[in-house]
Amino acid sequence: MSGLLMPKPDDATMRRRDEIVADMRMIVPGEGVVDAANSMRAFESDGLTAYRQLPLVVVLPETVAQVSRVLKYCNDRNIRVVPRGSGTSLSGGALPLEDAVLLVMSRFNRILEIDFPNRIVVAQPGVTNLGITTAVEQEGFYYAPDPSSQIACSIGGNVAENSGGVHCLKYGLTANNVLGIEMVLMNGEVVRLGGKHLDAEGYDLLGVMTGSEGLLGVVTEVTVRILKKPETARALLIGFPTSEQGGQCVADIIGAGIIPGGMEMMDRPAIHAAEDFVHAGYPLDVEALLIVELDGPGVEVDHLIGLVEAIAYRNGSTTCRISQSEQERLSFWAGRKAAFPAVGRISPDYYCMDGTIPRKELPRVLAGMRELSEKYGLGVANVFHAGDGNLHPLILYDANMPGELDKAESFGADILRLCVKVGGVLTGEHGVGVEKRDLMPEMFNQIDLDQQMRVKCAFDPNHLLNPGKVFPQLRRCAELGRMHVHRGQMAFPDIPRF
Amino acid sequence: MALYDCPLSVSGFARATSPPLRGREEPEIAMTTFTPSTAAEVLSTVAWAAAEESPLEILGHGSKRGIGRPLQTEHTLDLSKLSGVTLYEPAELVLSAKAGTPLAEIEKLLAENGQQLAFEPLDYGPLLGGEKGKGTIGGVLASNLSGPRRLKAGAARDHILGIAAVSGRGEAFKSGGRVVKNVTGYDLSKLMANSWGTLAVFTDVTFKVLPAAETEVTLTLRGLLDDHAAAAMALALGSSAEVSSAAHLPERVAGRVAGGSLGSAAATLLRVEGFGPSVAYRITALKDLLRNAGPLEEISGDISHSVWRDIRDCAPFVDGLAKPVWRVSMAPAQGHQMVLALRMQAAVDAFYDWQGGLIWLRMEHGDPEADLLRGLVRQHGGGHATLVRAAPSHRAALPVFEPQAPQLAALAARLKAEFDPKNILNPGRMASAASSVTLGPATEGGAS
Repeated sequence: MSGLLMPKPDDATMRRRDEIVADMRMIVPGEGVVDAANSMRAFESDGLTAYRQLPLVVVLPETVAQVSRVLKYCNDRNIRVVPRGSGTSLSGGALPLEDAVLLVMSRFNRILEIDFPNRIVVAQPGVTNLGITTAVEQEGFYYAPDPSSQIACSIGGNVAENSGGVHCLKYGLTANNVLGIEMVLMNGEVVRLGGKHLDAEGYDLLGVMTGSEGLLGVVTEVTVRILKKPETARALLIGFPTSEQGGQCVADIIGAGIIPGGMEMMDRPAIHAAEDFVHAGYPLDVEALLIVELDGPGVEVDHLIGLVEAIAYRNGSTTCRISQSEQERLSFWAGRKAAFPAVGRISPDYYCMDGTIPRKELPRVLAGMRELSEKYGLGVANVFHAGDGNLHPLILYDANMPGELDKAESFGADILRLCVKVGGVLTGEHGVGVEKRDLMPEMFNQIDLDQQMRVKCAFDPNHLLNPGKVFPQLRRCAELGRMHVHRGQMAFPDIPRF
Repeated sequence: MALYDCPLSVSGFARATSPPLRGREEPEIAMTTFTPSTAAEVLSTVAWAAAEESPLEILGHGSKRGIGRPLQTEHTLDLSKLSGVTLYEPAELVLSAKAGTPLAEIEKLLAENGQQLAFEPLDYGPLLGGEKGKGTIGGVLASNLSGPRRLKAGAARDHILGIAAVSGRGEAFKSGGRVVKNVTGYDLSKLMANSWGTLAVFTDVTFKVLPAAETEVTLTLRGLLDDHAAAAMALALGSSAEVSSAAHLPERVAGRVAGGSLGSAAATLLRVEGFGPSVAYRITALKDLLRNAGPLEEISGDISHSVWRDIRDCAPFVDGLAKPVWRVSMAPAQGHQMVLALRMQAAVDAFYDWQGGLIWLRMEHGDPEADLLRGLVRQHGGGHATLVRAAPSHRAALPVFEPQAPQLAALAARLKAEFDPKNILNPGRMASAASSVTLGPATEGGAS
């Protein structure tokens, strides 16, 4: 590991490993407990493969009662637990700990209910994102959030990370499409939030759980809203001589009241890598390439295509192609969707970042990235969810060259600092995990972080669920509970007593 | 009721005594109102109140003051002077404002730029016996307002991007940011949605804003009974016509919106919004889909706008304060079944929004019938019922917000204790939803 400090393993837990494994087998009989090192190897990492760690033991429960008993057992004995869905996190959210039970939810893989009149699917958390769409598409419905890992990532993991996708400007993130969950708290209590109805009766705990990265509770059931598929979708492929012009075009499209189904931008290195890889017919003489997809009834799509084309022309586009068939629309996307593996072909390794910026800052951030690229001597290619300002710089490096991973990580951290400086945030959709944990103070001061940790304390006061993630420093809840304002020390000591 | 000599007022920080709350049943108590105009002054006030363990009623314009258990606080924190839009970038779809900024001011500014708060926050004023057009942007978030477009566009909680606030500990903090896509840390902004001022006092809020629709047309089916209306709405929402709102006004209710312009026959309303050619196409598609459902009419322009505004604001039940009004959220297809069962046992007037999932109920005999209603909601698949209008005596005796399962109530109480350990922010307002008495083990060390 390159300098990542994780919570110190608890010696007492490590010594009792055999006993814990035996007890886990009592709770989860059959094949549900894995403790051999070679079998646990499959779980040592998630999508952030730079970090690896074998867990204490892997447990794959099948029922809510088993999840509850495992968590209560661990809570009572001060044993840490790391929950895991499909293990596609790009930020190390499911990175195991040496002294922690790895609670893998993949056996929770059933769709429990499809309710078309209410347009709802109830699924177990291990069902894949795409699995929900597959279950309802024969009736013309789909589940809108579509992270690029949707073929593998689980809906429970989507809740933990508040996953997005290319369509989220128009259709929202996971948080806007989940109506209810069942979850188990670290003390074993089973709690239901929401359901088939809208909004919470009290505090919006569903909103807090979504994106909480497995630190608050283990999701055991998810209720999502499904939508009818749009009648048609068409795309424009637009090239610009400068990223400024591309950025202005995006601003003008939105300024005209148009919210496209998807709006993606690529810079020159990403365009070239993608074109070399899939031969999508991308123009190679442009600095910025914009894909704008419009969906809805055919008459609406045709109307908006005309408007977007005119806006692109006014902003100095040098090429503008409009898809005339479904095949051509998919070819526009082929390069964008293959951008990551395409970059993988021009560099032995790449490191994917995930900051979000106010869109208008794009030229400034791209210029800053070019400077950083020279400073670190590493290349960078950019793909950008232009509609919502979510930037994915891909830093090119070679892990076999001594020190290059460290350099790539420092480069990435500098990019994220730049994002925060221009009014953006550290992570748009990949999560904090372990990857951006130590950068949290770039965005939040200690008091801000304390409030977040107070939420943690209400759910899991002993910091047993997924510790070492999200928070740069673990502070004991009792310590955090002390009031900072004391009699005689307040700002206005002479205020009259009422 | 003399003015206290407060050092805070030296820095332009207004304080005043005020008459006691309307509807208050206790003898009159001298009340001090703090009226900060900066976030720093809010911090000073809350920090002082925390140190004194002196509860505050948190107030914007007071337009929703009649919702929740009546408060018995000695002091009031009035945020109406903490006002002004601080950032508005239409091309970035973002707006920031101080928490006390009038909603009306924000909606006017957005309209001038062809934009809107897509979640269409309702105006509780007239329903609760107050003026219309009041309310602050902080109050919009604190009560998680929404309107008929909730089905498609979500509620305030779906559009909040970031907040700055002061917790009940007297700590100023921020959460979120000004960009749409952000998973950096817990989403405390959403936690604060629907917290009714019981966890923290907002000082600044940042919302996502969206383009306003160019055209709006409402397709109306006439004369349907509740169950047929529910089926028609489900059919429409299950089509690709992108219906943004679906409401059903039964026969006795339809005549009470838009100045009676709909006439008195039951009206099932489907709103379609967007660019002109698209709206025309989708209305045609809906007409075809629903050709056998009943007589169809089209309304547009001002009449359509005022129909949806009146549905949003529960105008059919704006009739004094004598009869209790409930706002019930359920699975859309189950709403009318619950109402049918309720009508067997109580005299109620009802209408539906959100495809039937939002039920506004007026109890005709003056008794809220809380246990009966909540029992029936549970029997019909669950949801929640909020007693939005009721006499103070009823609000003091009954849980205004839906009571939660014990584990969930305990979790909410632990959160309350974490953010407001001295219970100084709107204490007791949410009563059973976030009990002010049960402090969990996580609050140890809370005493100073």
